[in-house]
Amino acid sequence: MKLNITEIRKDFPILDRETQAGVRLTYLDSTATSQKPVQVIEAMNDYYRRSNANIHRGVHTLAEEATSLYENAREKIAKFINAESARQIIYTRNTTESINLVAYSWARANLKQGDLVILTEMEHHSNLVPWQMLQAERGIELEFITVTDDGLLDIDAYKALLSRRPKLVSFTHMSNVLGTINPAAEIIRLAHEAGAITLVDGAQSVPHLTVDVQSLDADFYAFSAHKMCGPTGIGALYGKTALLESMPPFLGGGDMIKEVKLRSFRPNTLPHKFEAGTPAIAEAVGFGAAVDYLTKIGMENIAAHEHEITEYALERLEEIPGVKLFGPSADKKGGVAAFTLEGVHPHDVAQILDRDGIAVRAGHHCAQPLHEKFGIPATSRASFYLYNTKDEVDLLINGIYKVKEMFG
Amino acid sequence: MDDLYREVIIEHYKNPSHRGKLDPHDISFADNNPLCGDHIQIDLRVGTDGLVTDARFDGHGCAISQASADLLVESIIGKPLDEVKKLNKESVLELLGIDLGPVRLKCALLSLKVLKAGVYGLGEAGDDLVE
Repeated sequence: MKLNITEIRKDFPILDRETQAGVRLTYLDSTATSQKPVQVIEAMNDYYRRSNANIHRGVHTLAEEATSLYENAREKIAKFINAESARQIIYTRNTTESINLVAYSWARANLKQGDLVILTEMEHHSNLVPWQMLQAERGIELEFITVTDDGLLDIDAYKALLSRRPKLVSFTHMSNVLGTINPAAEIIRLAHEAGAITLVDGAQSVPHLTVDVQSLDADFYAFSAHKMCGPTGIGALYGKTALLESMPPFLGGGDMIKEVKLRSFRPNTLPHKFEAGTPAIAEAVGFGAAVDYLTKIGMENIAAHEHEITEYALERLEEIPGVKLFGPSADKKGGVAAFTLEGVHPHDVAQILDRDGIAVRAGHHCAQPLHEKFGIPATSRASFYLYNTKDEVDLLINGIYKVKEMFG
Repeated sequence: MDDLYREVIIEHYKNPSHRGKLDPHDISFADNNPLCGDHIQIDLRVGTDGLVTDARFDGHGCAISQASADLLVESIIGKPLDEVKKLNKESVLELLGIDLGPVRLKCALLSLKVLKAGVYGLGEAGDDLVE
């Protein structure tokens, strides 16, 4: 079903604002963080206005309400990625913390010196640094699946690495720079055949694609609410039940325990075992509301709309002399267009576009090694979501022509 | 805002007068802006009287970072090192003739940080050098 963008845009009050007098916002930076619909903002407001209490302990009405709102959101999130059970959804602060949870808990219990972890050259820093830290601490080895000039993972290179019997393969489902949608099911199947556990960075995929953790057979899957119309400060880690049960706790404190004595404790059951301290309750409620919102519109419809916009944007960008695009063709990528403009630094491109209210990101987008591979310090990146239109792409294109004129 | 890309900035970005390296040199230092990967190296020659006799910058980055480096390097030639040590945020903004928000300020001040870290013989170009 084709999206009614005019109606959808009404849900996002921020899209109506001006960045300066007479200049309306054109938000093309959803890969960094998405905007939030009123449904999410109101759900969080209602929570604070009506139900605010701490969860899991109190017996009073508000505590009961807060607890069910918090846990109902978990049910919604589990259903959204087709997890078997809500017990497999651990609330975290964001994708980064989800990955760190696996690195601190699972990896430190299971990896020893010389064990191999396979990553890829297109990872966000969040899926590089935790493993580099573990390498320094534990002496594990890291190898990287190479990225081809077209911005795809080199699957033959991956197969060659698998012969070295890795313990873990951790990779992004969708690149935040190239937009590449990686063949996650195949990567996971091959990893399992080689006896490895898999962790998927789903920060960009869950907001934009239909993700089914069971059909992917992912062992761990990490994502953030704020990129999928939800609030900042909350994310999730999905894990297979047996794995999560076998893992030691991550942070210690209240809520993650079953029983505490002065010199010992027994950890709580899933998912609470991994959720120490008072969590981001209002944010969890917002996360649930975001899932409701996306579900109602339909992930397939959103993906189809983004594909149409992206195809159009790439086509128009390619027409501009001096523009170089990075990443694969539209059929292999999500709604991301990273580019350079000859003779102009990406920061300057972004700054000049901002004069026309156009928000794009400039820099290395937390993927510095990937930029180094392509021999560039930075790119400008326009990214698209369910609320973006072709008219906004046209504004971007006109803006880039203005930049060219200034630096001409 | 309209002043941000003043002609002088675009001109110094496109045709810098002091881009390059000095060999030999008395002081050389380089660092990055971790936010965007901008890179600047500054080489200095210093006379026995403590005056900067020559200075060059090299590197890559946005128009603001490169133009400010060019203007800064140009401005310190003939000056005593003690005076260079006293340069601050305002000195650079004065050279650029613009006002900047917190993000772009980092671009503009990278060259001053590199310069001062080099002059003071520090291992890193910290933010405290330009406050």
